[in-house]
Amino acid sequence: MTEQKVSFTMDSTLETVDNAEQTASRIAADAGFEENEVMQISMAVREAAINAVLHGNEYDPAKKVTLNFEKTARDLVITIQDQGHGMDPESIPNPLAPENLLKSSGRGIFLMRSFMDEVQIHPSHAGTEIKLVKHVHGSSEGKEAS
Amino acid sequence: MTMKISSRQVDGVSVLDCNGRITLGEGSITLRDTVRDLLSKGHKKILLNLAEVSYIDSSGIGELVSAFTTVRNQGGELKLLNLTKKVHDLLQITKLYTVFDVKDDEASAIKSFQR
Repeated sequence: MTEQKVSFTMDSTLETVDNAEQTASRIAADAGFEENEVMQISMAVREAAINAVLHGNEYDPAKKVTLNFEKTARDLVITIQDQGHGMDPESIPNPLAPENLLKSSGRGIFLMRSFMDEVQIHPSHAGTEIKLVKHVHGSSEGKEAS
Repeated sequence: MTMKISSRQVDGVSVLDCNGRITLGEGSITLRDTVRDLLSKGHKKILLNLAEVSYIDSSGIGELVSAFTTVRNQGGELKLLNLTKKVHDLLQITKLYTVFDVKDDEASAIKSFQR
């Protein structure tokens, strides 16, 4: 497979969430992932985009969301960067805890971690970058989350 | 991409036939408004038919949970019918499958509501 890298800068809108999902679906399919993996990747990207638009940039029209896709021989690496205040991943309660099961929010990061081989969250004063990695051959070995 | 909900009454149960995606924005809002409208009219037995729901995201999951708790807090019951594999799997991994009362046959689902 050839290596490729594409980047998009998008507004902080609901349309961006849909576009990010559709773009991820297309790129994952083109990269040769199976149908179920394509769904997992596109859903993880959708959740990251929701996080960026809604919680990071808070729909601020002055703030942008940057979406990068990098296909290597081993991985599909996707980064989603917002321009918010930087999220604290430690502050997100475990959505599987009994006391949180009936909460209406707080499952986005969990879904990303469920569907991708690696999820890294890098908050800073300039925003939050979420890095999503799916191994090309679908191996779940070495699955980790940070 | 849009979400459509058709409502019908069967033996005192409001059956909502959902079609489309329950996602952040329109899909979640449509579901929320429909459930609130039913509750405001005193319809507290609600069966969500999700057979034609092709996709759901974390916002949609949250909306299902919110609908479930809102109906329950008003003394009603909300059950789910005919989950697609995608929705079934999502409810499994989020540990919500056992929280909801999930049915796969409409007739028996209707009968299961308290009289």
